[in-house]
Amino acid sequence: MHISILDIYHARESLIHKLDPRVKILASFIIILTTVILPEGAWVSQGVLFGLLILLSISARLGPFFTIRRAFIALPFLLAALPIPFLTSGPTAWVVPGLGWVVSSNGLIRFMTILVRTWVAVQAGILLSATTEVSDLLWGLNALRAPKLIVTIIGFMVRYLFILADEALRMLRARTSRSPKLAGVKRPGLIWQGRVAGMMVGNLFLRSLERSERVHAAMLSRGYDGEMRIFHQPSMKNLDWIMLLSILSIALSVIVLSLWS
Amino acid sequence: MLLSPEPLHIPDGFLSPIMAFLGWLLAVIVVGIALRQTRQQLGERQVPLMGILAAFIFAAQAINFPVAAGTSGHLLGGALAAIVMGPWAATLIMTAVVSVQAFIFQDGGLLALGWNILNMGVLTAFTGYFSYRWLWGKIGSSTPARVAASFAAAWISVEVGALSTAIELALSNTSPLAIALPAMVGVHAVIGIGEGLITGGAVRILQLSRPEVFEVGESAPGKMGATFIVCGLLLAIILAAFSPLASPNPDGLEFVAEQGDFLSRALDPSITILPDYTVPFIKHPATTTIFAVMLGTLLVFALALIIGRKASRSEG
Repeated sequence: MHISILDIYHARESLIHKLDPRVKILASFIIILTTVILPEGAWVSQGVLFGLLILLSISARLGPFFTIRRAFIALPFLLAALPIPFLTSGPTAWVVPGLGWVVSSNGLIRFMTILVRTWVAVQAGILLSATTEVSDLLWGLNALRAPKLIVTIIGFMVRYLFILADEALRMLRARTSRSPKLAGVKRPGLIWQGRVAGMMVGNLFLRSLERSERVHAAMLSRGYDGEMRIFHQPSMKNLDWIMLLSILSIALSVIVLSLWS
Repeated sequence: MLLSPEPLHIPDGFLSPIMAFLGWLLAVIVVGIALRQTRQQLGERQVPLMGILAAFIFAAQAINFPVAAGTSGHLLGGALAAIVMGPWAATLIMTAVVSVQAFIFQDGGLLALGWNILNMGVLTAFTGYFSYRWLWGKIGSSTPARVAASFAAAWISVEVGALSTAIELALSNTSPLAIALPAMVGVHAVIGIGEGLITGGAVRILQLSRPEVFEVGESAPGKMGATFIVCGLLLAIILAAFSPLASPNPDGLEFVAEQGDFLSRALDPSITILPDYTVPFIKHPATTTIFAVMLGTLLVFALALIIGRKASRSEG
């Protein structure tokens, strides 16, 4: 078993992949902000945003369905919004047969709006991480004045993420191989299992701590003084500006459109 | 497999833009303070240590154990990080974890990131740390005392995270407080047991094999200032929940009352110490839930005290 960052980033030769990371980060935020501030029930505007994302996904050579397939991650949270259709006052749209619960049309619009907003936002995020390498993403965040130290810490985290995840998977495999299911033998209790998982976590912590000490010593031996230096310097080209401005103008016109109707 | 969506990661679309902005503002301030504090504590070790421990929390979330009905218990990690590294360092570690989950794995939204950092990083770290320190002082200083105190601290940290998440959703007019609060808090009362067991187990093995790792957390800086931050933030959130802001759509609550026992029919919590998380003589469901959380906390703390003391004595 092996986990790699390649599951998230999808290397392609495309216009979108070559864009400046700053443009992609800003564009994602613009799209997410727009979908969130659009008034409830602005279906046409939301549809335009959704279409824009599909178009971007196609021009990134990921195909129209790529982002849709991965977008299901936010669905469990929709449970939290489930009471809305029942609890918003307004004209009755539907009555749940058997239970007599009333679904109002206002509530339904509100619920659907939340669903669409979340969907569009998650798609935008997926597109960002599928077309931008993590190192570029971090560089972009840094260039956009995100706190430097926290971005450096995140960079370190990403670098060791998959090493430690593999370590965790090895420990899980070891546990599985020593815990056969035997006929007639009762499974150990929940508390015992929880404690074992806890001790594995503690063990993993010790290994991580030791690794960090080793890494720190190696960094010191190479002259590390608390400052990370990066050489990589993309610059904004004409295409980057065009892309950023066109997404900004689409967002603005979508907002105007929703206010109009 | 590494991605088990935690019901605490708020996606975009669930928070109103104003709430999202407020969350970012608060998160930037608190993380800024955390950066300064840990820099003083750790010096140039800060970056590699925080980075690798953040990777550790992320990886540790994959270590699970099966709980009934297809769900599994696993770690959120804020309390564990705070017990070992102190609250400010834990804030940084969890900020990195939550940011990576949002930016790379889409687990939690980008606009909602501010609140997600506050809920899962700041609040879990600080409530966990202070409950742990307080209980540990009360129980004694043996290994079982540490384990009992960490169990209770981890449980309460998850509960506080759930509580604040529900209140933020209510303030955004996304989920009525009367339903979101009991549901979130009820579900996490169970999830918190898993968190407590894993945290307790981890602390136990650390105490047995390398007790000196706890020194970092014990000498962590800024205890007083931190108390103010946690109390202030919690108080603000709870006060906001009862302000007129919380119910721009006030008929929601009355509607629940009219629908009669909608709550008890919709949510049938499998394990609750207090039935339906409501105490009979208080009427408003949200008030009742907060009251029930306080009672539950007292109960867990008392249990930790009793069991911890007993185990300490039997160990000599």
